[in-house]
Amino acid sequence: MARIIINQDGCKGCEMCVNACPRHIIALDKEKINGKGYHPAKLLDEEKCTGCCSCAMMCPDCAIVVER
Amino acid sequence: MSERFLMKGNEALAEAAIRAGCKHFFGYPITPQTELAAYMSKRMPKIGGTYLQAESELAAANMVLGASAAGVRAMTSSSSPGISLKTEAISYMAGSDVPALIINVQRGGPGLGGIQPSQADYWQATKATGHGDFQILVFAPATVQEMVDLVSDAFDMADKYRMPAMILADGMLGQMMEPVEFKEEGEKVLPEKPWAACGHHNQRKHNVVNSLYLTPQALESLVKERFERYEKIKATEQRASEYLVDDADIVLVAFGASARVAHSAVDMAREQGIKAGLIRPITLWPFPTDCLKKAAQTAKGFLSVEMNMGQMVDDVKLAINCSKPVDFFGRTGGVIPTPQEILDRIIKFGGEL
Amino acid sequence: MAVVFERPHALADVPMHYCPGCTHGIVHRLVAEVIDELGVEGNAVGVASVGCSVMSYDYFNCDMVQAPHGRAPAVATGIKRARPENVVFTYQGDGDLAAIGTAETIHSATRGENITVIFINNAIYGMTGGQMAPTTLPNMVTQTTPYGRDVNTAGYPIRVCEMLSTLDGVALAQRVTVDSVKNVIAAKKAIKKAFQNQIEGKGFSIVEVVSTCPTNWGMSPYDAIKWLRDNMLPYYPLGVYKDETKGDRLK
Repeated sequence: MARIIINQDGCKGCEMCVNACPRHIIALDKEKINGKGYHPAKLLDEEKCTGCCSCAMMCPDCAIVVER
Repeated sequence: MSERFLMKGNEALAEAAIRAGCKHFFGYPITPQTELAAYMSKRMPKIGGTYLQAESELAAANMVLGASAAGVRAMTSSSSPGISLKTEAISYMAGSDVPALIINVQRGGPGLGGIQPSQADYWQATKATGHGDFQILVFAPATVQEMVDLVSDAFDMADKYRMPAMILADGMLGQMMEPVEFKEEGEKVLPEKPWAACGHHNQRKHNVVNSLYLTPQALESLVKERFERYEKIKATEQRASEYLVDDADIVLVAFGASARVAHSAVDMAREQGIKAGLIRPITLWPFPTDCLKKAAQTAKGFLSVEMNMGQMVDDVKLAINCSKPVDFFGRTGGVIPTPQEILDRIIKFGGEL
Repeated sequence: MAVVFERPHALADVPMHYCPGCTHGIVHRLVAEVIDELGVEGNAVGVASVGCSVMSYDYFNCDMVQAPHGRAPAVATGIKRARPENVVFTYQGDGDLAAIGTAETIHSATRGENITVIFINNAIYGMTGGQMAPTTLPNMVTQTTPYGRDVNTAGYPIRVCEMLSTLDGVALAQRVTVDSVKNVIAAKKAIKKAFQNQIEGKGFSIVEVVSTCPTNWGMSPYDAIKWLRDNMLPYYPLGVYKDETKGDRLK
């Protein structure tokens, strides 16, 4: 059991987390635009998240909290 | 009565600073202030203080910025070309409300200029010790004893008003020897600095010592607040000494070394029956406008005597609102005027009044 | 479930102004994590420099001083000499540290000043809009080298860690990067060591972080990381250039 919580307002849509995720389960949410004007990242499949923290470690904006 | 010492001006400045509680000196060698740094290098290690010879005047002044930002009394000293380099940090200190003491033992300029005594940094000290809207406190001692006394006052006022202070001396005062006594006895109790960046120890929000304000309105209101402080200083901290001014027809205005010569010239004039007097600004900023204004009610004219091309003349004119004629006599490039030269000018000026 | 990764306490909970994908943010977090782990937030004083990281005084929760361009090591020297008990670090970019502040960098290093220097090398002036930096690579296009950096007229880049490693005063000079999870972990280890050295009184420690500037490089953050690997790392090899901290070296 693991999950990530992405601060939607803090995300700048840089995709560093998208590229860092070894399970390829993070993508930008094209349906949404945050206050800064970016498509924020979102977790596509909570079941597959292992809580490895790769996404959070590569996030330049400290916008990801990981729970496990 | 405390002990009297025969000391060189530069060394007296250093000893006075130590007795005023300054344990952190950052310098860079330059003539004619080098004895000050040398004295510090001898004394500081013995009192557990810091003497550091920096790689440049830029670095030295920025070390002062760091030490002062961390809440201790810190100082640097230099001479004219070196002060130009220090203006970077002085502007940042003014913009961050950080107190510090800067000593300028002036020599001739511009450029590398010369190494003989000069007062050619008056404009720099009082109008623009760096970029931006700010002032610093500027003190102009005329004796070695006054150098000692003003160092302590400059540190205290810098702390009180949270701004840099400068002792504007010159090569003559720095190099001459006179007897001095030190009023500071024992360890000085220094004011608390709750704004300092020295670790919040989880007791308060973090302190930031900073001069960057990207919102124009925020910067404007901060600068305005600072200028309100300056107005308060102008109203309360002006200092000048007066000599035979009350009945004087011609009032000489001179500071520092040139005031010593002007004093002799006044005596010579009086011997000839010319009613001359002397106002000696001790604070150059704030400029002692009040006593000049008062003198303008009775004097017929003012003669500014300086070791430069007439940098203080406009301040004298402004102080008296151009209500009386203001003449100027000066020597520059490291030349010290003689009393006779000044007397000749007094006589000439008197004839024109 | 328990929280296994979150914002370190020493990193202020405010949005940072950095461009999307800028690695400044990662390095800020690593510094803050190290401050947390060493328990020195209450005792730390950071020195912000001039450049993109100028506003880092708002991002770290410890006390901060903002220094003039290039003078951060001089300001840090003043703080450290005044308050030896404080943990003092600078956070500087390449223009600040290796151009206008070269003298301050070299002399604080050679004095063995007991401070920690975090140096971001992204080969460009970011804040002013992408001009040539002292670390701009040969032939690299910037706003002020529009035809590529011509070494015949603009000279060669400075390899800071290599240069500083010749100085006796340096305790640690290490180059890291943050292009991958593995390297982020290694970078943090180096930063921690640089702080630990100071706490143990071992003298000047510098960690150079080879970084990206996607905006001024004109690339996506992903492409910038690739460009860093292909171009920056060959010119600026990662590694420990000086480590005098083994044994009981004391300043």
